[in-house]
Amino acid sequence: MRRTTWGAVAGAAAATLVLAACTGGDPEEPADASEAAEGPVTLTIVTNAISGGKNAAEADWIADWLIPEFESAMEAEGRDVTVVFEAQGVDDEDYKTKIALDLQAGGGADIIGMDGIWVGEFAEAGYIAPLSEVGGSAVDEWDGWEQIPDAVQNALSFDGERYGIPQGADGRVLFYNKTLFAQAGLDEDWEPTSWDEVLDAARALKEIEGVIPIQLNAGTAMGEATTMQGVLPMLVGTGAQVWDEDGWLGGTEELGQVLDLYRTIYVDEGLGDPVLQQEAAGRDTSFAQFAAGEIGILLEGDYFWRSVINPAEGVGTAPMADRDEVVGYTRIPAREPGTGVNGQDFVSMSGGTGRVLNPGSENPELAWELLAFMNSAEAFESRVAGTVSITPRDDVNATVLEGDPMLTYISEEVLPLSSYRPGLAAYPEVSLALQDATASVVAGDPVEDVLAAYTDAVAGIVGDENVNDG
Amino acid sequence: MSAPAPRSTVRHYVSRVAFVVVVVLVAAFFALPLTWLVTAPFDASPTLTVEWPQWTLANFRSLAENPYALRSIGNSLVLGLGTIAVVVTLGALAAYALSRVRIPGRDGLLYALLLLSSVVTGTAAMVPLFQLMVQVGLINTQTGVVLAMSGGLLPTVVFILKDFMDSIPKSYEESARLYGARPGQILRHVVVPIARPGLAFVSVWVLVQVWGNFLLPFILLRSPESQPAAVIMYTFYTESGQADLSLISAFSLVFSVPVIAIYFLVNRRYGFRFHGGIKS
Amino acid sequence: MAPALALIGLFLIFPALWTVYLGMTDYRLTGLAAADPTVVGLENYTSILGDPGFWRSLRLTLVFVLASGVLGQTLLGFSIAWALRRLSGPVKSVVETLVLAAWVVPSSVGAFLWLALLDRRAGTLNALLGTEGTAWLIEHPMAGIVVFNIWVGTAFSMLLFSSALNGVPPSQMESARMAGATAWQQLRDVVLPNIRAHILTNTLLITLWTFNTFTPYLLTAGGPNDESAILPVYIYRTAIPGGQLGMGAAISLIMLLINLVIALASMRVGRERRRRS
Repeated sequence: MRRTTWGAVAGAAAATLVLAACTGGDPEEPADASEAAEGPVTLTIVTNAISGGKNAAEADWIADWLIPEFESAMEAEGRDVTVVFEAQGVDDEDYKTKIALDLQAGGGADIIGMDGIWVGEFAEAGYIAPLSEVGGSAVDEWDGWEQIPDAVQNALSFDGERYGIPQGADGRVLFYNKTLFAQAGLDEDWEPTSWDEVLDAARALKEIEGVIPIQLNAGTAMGEATTMQGVLPMLVGTGAQVWDEDGWLGGTEELGQVLDLYRTIYVDEGLGDPVLQQEAAGRDTSFAQFAAGEIGILLEGDYFWRSVINPAEGVGTAPMADRDEVVGYTRIPAREPGTGVNGQDFVSMSGGTGRVLNPGSENPELAWELLAFMNSAEAFESRVAGTVSITPRDDVNATVLEGDPMLTYISEEVLPLSSYRPGLAAYPEVSLALQDATASVVAGDPVEDVLAAYTDAVAGIVGDENVNDG
Repeated sequence: MSAPAPRSTVRHYVSRVAFVVVVVLVAAFFALPLTWLVTAPFDASPTLTVEWPQWTLANFRSLAENPYALRSIGNSLVLGLGTIAVVVTLGALAAYALSRVRIPGRDGLLYALLLLSSVVTGTAAMVPLFQLMVQVGLINTQTGVVLAMSGGLLPTVVFILKDFMDSIPKSYEESARLYGARPGQILRHVVVPIARPGLAFVSVWVLVQVWGNFLLPFILLRSPESQPAAVIMYTFYTESGQADLSLISAFSLVFSVPVIAIYFLVNRRYGFRFHGGIKS
Repeated sequence: MAPALALIGLFLIFPALWTVYLGMTDYRLTGLAAADPTVVGLENYTSILGDPGFWRSLRLTLVFVLASGVLGQTLLGFSIAWALRRLSGPVKSVVETLVLAAWVVPSSVGAFLWLALLDRRAGTLNALLGTEGTAWLIEHPMAGIVVFNIWVGTAFSMLLFSSALNGVPPSQMESARMAGATAWQQLRDVVLPNIRAHILTNTLLITLWTFNTFTPYLLTAGGPNDESAILPVYIYRTAIPGGQLGMGAAISLIMLLINLVIALASMRVGRERRRRS
């Protein structure tokens, strides 16, 4: 409704002004492919990846493997299909804005890469639709689904419906520097079972000159990294979730425990560097410092291992030549054994990006074929050939993760314990409120005040009735 | 205020020294941040620190291998020069007309447009601009980006140029008219030469604005092949947002050089000078 | 004239009015409010005016505009133009080139240069001053963006004023000098009356630009703890990561009104001065 009204107004105003100006000339038709299904067909893919820049491995794979393979597979069936890749590779927020604008205007690529947590808000806005509605009956019949665990599928689902196919899975662990642990007289095979044990290790590390014992992401400068690698993994360790049937997390006792932990680390005991987490490039710096052996314990996702401290030529951005010997990893303990969600002893958070179909696609069934092709076992094997990462498919993981103890650990020990963020439209704002809360605590505000301010903030976002004050 | 001669000499000497010191400090203030731009791109392993580089051109080589980097500079030039052409031509005409025609509330109107332009160049106008471009069929075209930027920049250009136009004595045009010059000729032979420093100035200003603009081209253009350098620069970050210093340092330099060069070209050719004293 | 009007109408007035309309809706880019935005009238405005974050942001913006724009860029720009006006040769061109280079360097590059300069660990400034470990942008975020903005924008005032100074009739300067006027007296009695229009132009434009510049975001991202969240950053945060485009549009309009008040005030001051002289 709105779209057409605005369109009409815009069109009328535009026409008047263009005529008045006598600038003449027909405006070009939008560049969307509009050929009939019979003739040559163009499919477009957009993802936040670009060759030579952000997520280059994915972009190169799309250009060098996917497009030629798919085009020739289609050719073998006697169909003339061209696949165009619109590489982006910018800040996630900017990318999200762009695809939202495109979808809102009824345009956009046929296959769109997006973060799993955007699915809810895009679906609510009517920009995307359940896969089976767009791609037809072939979607539910796809044999790939049984290879993708439900929890992983959920990352791209909303309201019990599949909107897209996830392209990977990740988990979060505590990384620690074994050299520093040895220096501090700690066991190099570390497996803490409670927050207190983590803090004890940090206290021991504090004795070493020039070392930041533990860095737990906080503050607004790090954005979602604060929530995913800070607040939420701790929160699930108290048994709470940011959202459950009872509503959104309010200023509960559990959140209070998390904020107390922040206070202990940054304010009371000086176990972390409170300035680092406020810097605009603080997360980069934390990577570099960990790689330089200046941080003892760091909570990060498995890509930290794969893409940051990876010593392989040109892969890691803060490579550690002796990564395999020096860096240890261990599961994140619940506050105390058994206090985690579902009574777990260890916890983790997972997120995931994936790809959805554009409901406005001219060739939705063919687009689904391409999407299924992108998620075939063969595709993932070629995708992870260069740098191994965890794929969503069990069959592929069984072969590619072999020989990579770290990713096998994540896949087998961490993912089964992992929690996911709610794919709801309000989540990004609640996440921001959580980041604000950590920032205030680290700046020295009393935890009770911060909890009260947080409760107000959440109530302002989702309404009083949807807040669970526990 | 006339002081005895010796004291005045001392004071003169002291003030010369102070003058030199201040000029050096000011120059240092502006130069200091820029030094990184000339050292890091040539360093084998650039860091954030300014240091004597271990000379290499490897960073530029890897930049040349990037499929989008160099092309994006060309796109920036197209957008920049296109916008200059539109904005300076239309802006000069509009400024001249506004300067010569008496419309009540003229200055108020101009300022109102200037204020609106600040809204349109902000984040909040992104959706309307995008929808508008979809409706007029200019989405994903460089023409669309040029027009959208022109709309936002024109009021400022008219505003600046009108000051220059106002300073052109009407008597010049009147005498030209006496000799039978047509309005077009007056414009070309009388107004433009006198307003040239102003035109040169706004050209450079417009170029700088377009050169650094990220949001508009990013949302209005789809394919990376047509994106300008301001957008491509943001792609040199990793998955986790880490900056690739060797690419960024080299690209920063390559990205900055054309606009600096164009400034020098314009300045040398047209200069920011008035010829002779203009009596008002 | 007509094409200019058409362009302004279509690509300026139209989207601007649309933005004003958006400011009266609960429009969001995604979520339910994107599918079905409703007109909420002035609700956005009341909730903005009731948000302490807005007032804080406004205060920071005023400080930023006053310190970096009106005082910093204008005074420094004029001083450089004045100091260099009779110089020629290498000194003049070196200084001018440096000031201009800071201005023409793309904003993303400029911001990166300052991040490198002020970096806590590897920054050149800490190395020069021997203040290793000082996180300038965390400890003094406002001062950081003020100095940065002076660095970026001084060239405009410098160019404008050196053009203006060149337009001051040399004969008037000459007669003032013959009459034994000091530099300060020449400045006050001959130069300022001659360049009054330029001063007004400069003030209006610099105020408007400084109010609307988003580049400081690249330096501090508004942090730490919103200590440098000037209004354009506040709008960006509300509209993009926060997703509330309607609210963002409403803040833009409030910003426009503030600019209008400032403009009216400075025009009045300019007019009164002219009348007095």
